[in-house]
Amino acid sequence: MNNLIDIMQLSTEEIAELIDRAEDIIANPKKYSEACHGKKLATLFFEPSTRTRLSFEAAMYELGGNVLGFSEAKSSSAAKGESVSDTVRTVGCYADIIAMRHPKEGAPLVASRSAGVPVINAGDGGHNHPTQTLTDLLTIRREKGRLDNMTVGICGDLKFGRTVHSLMCAMSRYPGVKFVLISPEELVVPRYLITDVLEPAGVEYEEVRSLEDVMPQLDILYMTRVQRERFFNEADYLRLKDTYILTPEKLETAKKDLTILHPLPRVNEISVAVDDDPRACYFKQVLNGKYIRMALILKLLEVEV
Amino acid sequence: MIIGQIKDGIVLDHITAGRGMEIYNILKLGKLDCTVAMIKNAESSKMGKKDIIKIGQVMDIDFDVLGYIDPGITVNIIRDGKLVKREKLSLPERVTDIIRCKNPRCITSVEQELRHEFRLVNAEKKLYRCIYCESPAPRAEQ
Repeated sequence: MNNLIDIMQLSTEEIAELIDRAEDIIANPKKYSEACHGKKLATLFFEPSTRTRLSFEAAMYELGGNVLGFSEAKSSSAAKGESVSDTVRTVGCYADIIAMRHPKEGAPLVASRSAGVPVINAGDGGHNHPTQTLTDLLTIRREKGRLDNMTVGICGDLKFGRTVHSLMCAMSRYPGVKFVLISPEELVVPRYLITDVLEPAGVEYEEVRSLEDVMPQLDILYMTRVQRERFFNEADYLRLKDTYILTPEKLETAKKDLTILHPLPRVNEISVAVDDDPRACYFKQVLNGKYIRMALILKLLEVEV
Repeated sequence: MIIGQIKDGIVLDHITAGRGMEIYNILKLGKLDCTVAMIKNAESSKMGKKDIIKIGQVMDIDFDVLGYIDPGITVNIIRDGKLVKREKLSLPERVTDIIRCKNPRCITSVEQELRHEFRLVNAEKKLYRCIYCESPAPRAEQ
């Protein structure tokens, strides 16, 4: 069974194929408009989402397929206490492929064992979010023309940010990538990412507190939101949420070809005044997310175009 | 001290000194009707001190459990007074339902039917991670 639970399931070659396919979809959308005719995607979102769910649904519609599903746990049988396995086993009888978001880490892996159809992890708690990483990689390659030899600054909540963890794992496999990890002390990257991922791969990295100090060296600046839903303690959230706010003034020392990314939604960590800067690519990222999900659906459904 | 040889049974040798009782309890050896000898702090040229368990019958042993708790153990199977098999344990690739994931964000924290599975990610550090949430397993005390 084809599933995508963790970005590291995909080799760099497979990622390159998906990106190439997404590029082809962007160049030739009509070629793909009926590719999934008669197929159904189930979007099972046990946790609220705007972008990811709509992106999956738009992707399936643009492939000529159909969509069914739910957008919060209380409108599903999970509210009655049904297990993930039973829910997806049922849904697998109706749909050809499942995209699932769940607040508990590992829920999509559980789902993939029972569904009988391909399962895509659309975010499991603070753990993995592989299609966001594919989106990020497509955007970086489109903007930079490559995925290697660059300095990637990641700023904000590096502790709970699942997009950050997946991106670091994925990019640590490309030569010449250096990470600059910018966060408050309380939200640093979990140690296992350093000891189990960066160091064994020989990836250069530094951990800093000041965004301004490192701005001139960055090729990519990946901003993240401090996520209220990941905190057990509201006071900690309020204390940390405004630590880094990107403004046009802070960008004055940045490279002219910097690429600014953000998985969105943002709260206030990127000033809207930055949106008109040509280096701001976070809304391009949103669009790219749809195309890479189209490529992924085609791959998992083994549709030849 | 002399403990007699066994005709048919199992000798768990090279147990880390002080862990014998833990293994005795995990393997539920107290429930057996046969002779069971637990030797603490036996002299060992390699280990200095070691524990040994002799079981007076051949029985199925979960090597994964033993390997996870104390990978240095040697399992000797005796039949008709002769050593017929010697197995050196190693850290198992996976352990199931031996340890529990403590991460409150893990799916295993809410779905009681799920088995708690951990996979070996670093043999040198004896590091296991939950297959669902990748949280590190609490290592058995050394």
